Amino acid sequence: MGKERINNLFNENKKEILSIYLTTGYPEIDSMPVLAEKLAEAGVDFLELGMPYSDPLADGETIQYSSSIALKNGIDFDQYFNQAKAVRQKVVIPLLFMGYFNQVLRIGIDTFLDKCVDSGIDGLIIPDMPPEVYKNKYKPIFDKYDLGLSFLITPTTSDERIKMLDELSSGFVYVVSTSSTTGKTNGFSDSQIDYFKRINKLNLNNPMVIGFGISDKQTFRIANKYSDGAIIGSAFIKALKGSKDIERTAMEFAQNILK
Amino acid sequence: MQYEVDKLGFYGKYGGAFIPELLHSNVEELEDNYLKIINSDSFQKEFRALLRDYVGRPSPLYFAKRLSEKYNTKIYLKREDLNHTGAHKINNTIGQILLAKRLGKTRIIAETGAGQHGVATATVCALMDLQCVVYMGEIDIARQAPNVSKMKMLGAEVRPAKSGSKTLKDATNEAIRDWINNPKDTYYLIGSVVGPHPYPDMVALFQSVISEEIKKQLIDKENRDYPDRIIACIGGGSNAAGAYYHYLDDEKVDLVSVEAAGLGINSGESAATSVLGSDGVIHGSMTKLMQDKDGQIIEPYSISAGLDYPGIGPLHAHLIESGRSKVLNATDEEAIKAGLLLTRLEGIIPALESAHALAALEKIDFKPEEVTVVNLSGRGDKDMKAYLVSAGKHIKF
Ligand SMILES: Cc1ncc(COP(=O)(O)O)c(C=O)c1O
Repeated sequence: MGKERINNLFNENKKEILSIYLTTGYPEIDSMPVLAEKLAEAGVDFLELGMPYSDPLADGETIQYSSSIALKNGIDFDQYFNQAKAVRQKVVIPLLFMGYFNQVLRIGIDTFLDKCVDSGIDGLIIPDMPPEVYKNKYKPIFDKYDLGLSFLITPTTSDERIKMLDELSSGFVYVVSTSSTTGKTNGFSDSQIDYFKRINKLNLNNPMVIGFGISDKQTFRIANKYSDGAIIGSAFIKALKGSKDIERTAMEFAQNILK
Repeated sequence: MQYEVDKLGFYGKYGGAFIPELLHSNVEELEDNYLKIINSDSFQKEFRALLRDYVGRPSPLYFAKRLSEKYNTKIYLKREDLNHTGAHKINNTIGQILLAKRLGKTRIIAETGAGQHGVATATVCALMDLQCVVYMGEIDIARQAPNVSKMKMLGAEVRPAKSGSKTLKDATNEAIRDWINNPKDTYYLIGSVVGPHPYPDMVALFQSVISEEIKKQLIDKENRDYPDRIIACIGGGSNAAGAYYHYLDDEKVDLVSVEAAGLGINSGESAATSVLGSDGVIHGSMTKLMQDKDGQIIEPYSISAGLDYPGIGPLHAHLIESGRSKVLNATDEEAIKAGLLLTRLEGIIPALESAHALAALEKIDFKPEEVTVVNLSGRGDKDMKAYLVSAGKHIKF
């Protein structure tokens, strides 16, 4: 299905869209598929499956921590794909991989994309793949596959650059709510709201989804008011940390946001 | 120039700026301004004056007579160890602090491994009265206590990097994250020819004063402005880049880079990136790096904390790939022995990093009339503990 599955979701005109980020291999090496299933059951609209990386520059402490645990647990590339495949057999919502460019380069862009399609992945977020280099060098390879690709926009991105990033994206554009690594903020300031409004006015081709700093029902609501959807990452990972029944925690976490 | 960086920041296929969008505006501000500022008269005047009066440049090019006799050739030492703070690192921190000031930045952050770059950064921050935060791996803080004290005395805050392997690469990650979180007032003062474009080019420019001086000094001593060979150690590669810079296009000059082999190339405890590494992205740059089959970065090992880095600067990846530079390596033990040898022959205790460059002398066939310059990147004060432990096995103190 690929990016079509993502497009279909945003074409449903749902009032609020919730995406949850979960680190593959955390807290246990095989936790991700069961958590994903619970989240889908609770009504989460799409999932971002993190591929843990040794040097995750764009991530804050919480996700760094979960990644390091996952790597200690022995998670590897074969398992990213195998576990994604297992999730795909159970759920119908869009699935995205989020990982770093070096991981993609290492197994080879073509091989990586091919395996993504084979595993039922619909889209990708690769925060440190530079759009200029993508355009000049890698786009023809990505174009062979029908996957969504979401570039990031930040509060310091110029309007002109936002349009360029929108042109290169498919599925949705990822609007980073703050000039800050993930997991840093609580609540939205006026200047953040102004920033969301500014992007809205640009009438982008793609739906916009806000991520970073969304932690509860209130921030989720506000994010959806100014965009087409919201992604929760660190707050969910935090909820899992120390949980004795992670399936139940996942279910309740999503239900609390969506109720 | 064949080895100059192109418009997008690449040396051949290496370099570029593989950074999260969160860093784009920070890096763009630098990229738009660095050449304009560095090439301005006022910058050059201030930079040159500080290098002369504060750092103590030009550093001597010393003919090492007894060392030359031992290898039956002509060996010169470029004495970066005599710079203020004891290494070449200060050439770069002086340059970048002047740039940071002109960009109106009020807060300086840096990463450090052994603490040499941290001390050099804390020093120029004291000089310029700017706030200074140095990220240092928790493990390195424990190993390099004297430099931690120096940084603190100079007024810097030393923040332990607790993520990942808690060493230099993680300190670098933490510094980059700090920069993401403080995009307006903060300048990231990177310590080697690594990181996203324009850092590798900028740091090489500041260090290029080394080869600029070698050129002039050789005329006096050898009646020609080039050596037959330059030897330098590479961690990230800044002292090597500076020593090579003005000879990059002069193919008569052999460029010999020495990597740290740790306990041995195939021991699993090594930092010989060009042998053990493969192409990939680290700290925003496409280069050669040590990684596993999944692209996870491998923690290197060397007795020398300054060479204990899993990547190399993109310029060096390009020089190696194109055959312009040749790479040798030296184990911990070979470096220690070479450090001892220099101490006893010339009365100079070299930094362990520089001792790796000296160890390469054993691996080269010299002709008597050949002129070799070894870049003596730093002095050994910071390494006395390692020397006492390891060299103690070979000689009595
Ligand atoms: C004396 C000395 N030499 C060399 C290095 C390695 O750095 P680079 O390869 O950038 O010159 C260091 C780094 O700390 C150093 O202190």
